[in-house]
Order: sequence, then structure tokens, then C-alpha cells
Amino acid sequence: MSKFKKKKSNELPAVNTASLPDIVFMLLFFFMVVTVLRDDNLLVQNKLPKADQVEKLKKDRSVYIYAGKPSSRYQDKYGSEAKIQIGDKYTDITSIKFALTEARQKLRPELQEYVMVALKVDEKTNTGMVTDIKQELRDLNMLKIIYITTPGNEINQ
Amino acid sequence: MARRATPEVNAGSMADIAFLLLIFFLVTTTIEKDKGIARQLPPKEPPTDEQVKIKEKNLFIVNVNRSDQLLVEEKLMELKDLRQAAIAFLDNGGASSGTAEYCNYCKGKRNPESSDNPDKAVISVQNDRLTSYKMYIAVQNELVAAYNFLRDRESERLYGWKFTEKTKDLDEGKIKGEAAKEALQEKLETIQKLFPQKLSEAEPKKSGQ
Repeated sequence: MSKFKKKKSNELPAVNTASLPDIVFMLLFFFMVVTVLRDDNLLVQNKLPKADQVEKLKKDRSVYIYAGKPSSRYQDKYGSEAKIQIGDKYTDITSIKFALTEARQKLRPELQEYVMVALKVDEKTNTGMVTDIKQELRDLNMLKIIYITTPGNEINQ
Repeated sequence: MARRATPEVNAGSMADIAFLLLIFFLVTTTIEKDKGIARQLPPKEPPTDEQVKIKEKNLFIVNVNRSDQLLVEEKLMELKDLRQAAIAFLDNGGASSGTAEYCNYCKGKRNPESSDNPDKAVISVQNDRLTSYKMYIAVQNELVAAYNFLRDRESERLYGWKFTEKTKDLDEGKIKGEAAKEALQEKLETIQKLFPQKLSEAEPKKSGQ
């Protein structure tokens, strides 16, 4: 009987943490792979409308246009009228062509022909502004557009 | 003298370093989930005198006003009824049997007052400049849904799978092999021809016009 008792120590055995670095590294590599560092600093409010009949965006060949009211911290400076943002700055509707050509040149050369314009427009914006942007795009002959939406449906909410 | 064993490097802080990196990437990660409704804009062409004639019955007019109300074919409509109305219009197949325009796969009411066949049927959306973008997308979404519903129905009848599902598989690269991709593409195009997406957008009116 005493033979068994001897083996039992009074202290709890420490949890073996030798494999902890491995687990953490695994997680680390996962996040490193999926991370896309955000290159655009959002200057406008951007609550996207909902839709469910959607297609996926091919990221490597797209140019982003944001539109909406300026974010709350910029409202003092730029007012609350809806604005267009391309890249990192506000763009006027008249200089949109220049900004878009510039943005297109940043894409890989073989994909520049297949450029797709992703419109990220706040749901409270007027359609008139989107129409103006579309007219400019037609002038530039960038005819493929995609309205970026969030999953969901306007009806069942 | 016996060689002294090299002391082991203490790896205890490895986990801390890895954690630090992990937290950095966790914070900076934005898993991109950009999806949306794709559209092809009409190319800019010099204005021509040539008038394209579309019969009144082949035109489905959706009007959205500045307070986001819908007027479909001159009748007020709720957004939730738009999809069914569009399906009924596209699937009508009003041309009488025997004529070249007869639609043999349509399952609609065959009302001679509505569209002749899906190829002729055009949906025209007219917005006000002050319509909210939310409403605009909701309307577009419903109309695309109507087309997708009909395309799904036809592809299930002809090939036994859903059009939208196969399109998604193709997009996500789930279809392997060039031959398989081409074969599928061809079938998808056949379906698209049965219900071609003819969504026209009129220039928005200024408010009050």
C-alpha cells in the first residue's frame, strides 16, 4: 500500500508549455498570410448598402472610389456635403479622371486593360453623385464597375 | 579534459516574441470581403439619329422617386413585390405560338399585353438624382435576383444544377482543368442567352422635372 502512496507527490504537476510557441507560431503564420495592410485611409463615412445577389471582386485589377459624407472628425473642415475619395485624398468630380488614370497606373501593366472600378458608396448618398461618377467613367472608357455591398437584404430586416 | 557541453539557448521567451508578432498581425488584419453587384456601363458613342424602337409592352419601367418610393408600370409598389413582378414580366412569353418570337421555355401567363419573350424584354430603371443609394442598390439587387431566379430554373431543367452556384464555383476556382472550365462556360452562356440581362438605366431626372 505504501508503495503507491510514495509515487503520489503533493504538488500539482506543472502544465507542459513546451508546445505553446508552436501553437502561437501557427496562429501567427495564419494571420501573416491573410493580412492585407490597408492602403487607403478612409476619409468618408462608409456604411455600405445591403445586397445578396453578389459577385466577388478581383482585387488585383480594381481601383477603388469611395463616396459619402466626410467622417465626423473631418466634418468641421470639409463640411457635411457628400464627397468623393480616391486613394488618400478627396477628389473633386472634375478632377476624377486624372485621379483615376493615376490609380490605374499603379496596377500591374498586363491587368490595366481589365481594370474594374469598385464603388464603395455610403448608403445615404444621393444617386445623382453616383451617376456623375459613372458618366466620368464612361468618358474614360472604364466600363466595368462593381457596387460593393455588404451581405444581407433590404427587405428582410 | 572532457569537452564541456555547449549551454542550451534559453527558448523560454520565444513564446513571448511570437505572441507580440501575433498580436500585431491580429490588430492590423482586415480580412477583405469585398463583394458586390457588377455592372457593365454602356460605352460612350456619338449620338445617332437612329431610334431604337422598343414596344411599350416589352418595356418594364421602374421609377424611383426622391423619397424612395417605387412606381412600377405606373403603379405604386412595395420593394418586396418587385422581384415577383419582374419575374412575371420576363417570363411572360406573350408571343403567340407558331411565330418566330415564340418562347417555348417560358412558364408565365402568356399575356399578350406583356413582354413577347425574354430576349425582347427590357427593364428600364429611372432614378431621381435625390434617390438614396441604398434604395438604388436594393432595386438593382431585386432585379438581378429576378434574372438569377429564372436562370437557375432553366439551368436546373437543362443540366440539373443551379446557374448561380456554378457561376460561384467558377469564380472561386473550384472548377479544375481548362476543358471543364470551357465546357461550363459554354453552358453558362447558353443559359444567359435564354434570359439575357437587359437592364437599362435612364439618365436620372432632376428633382421637380
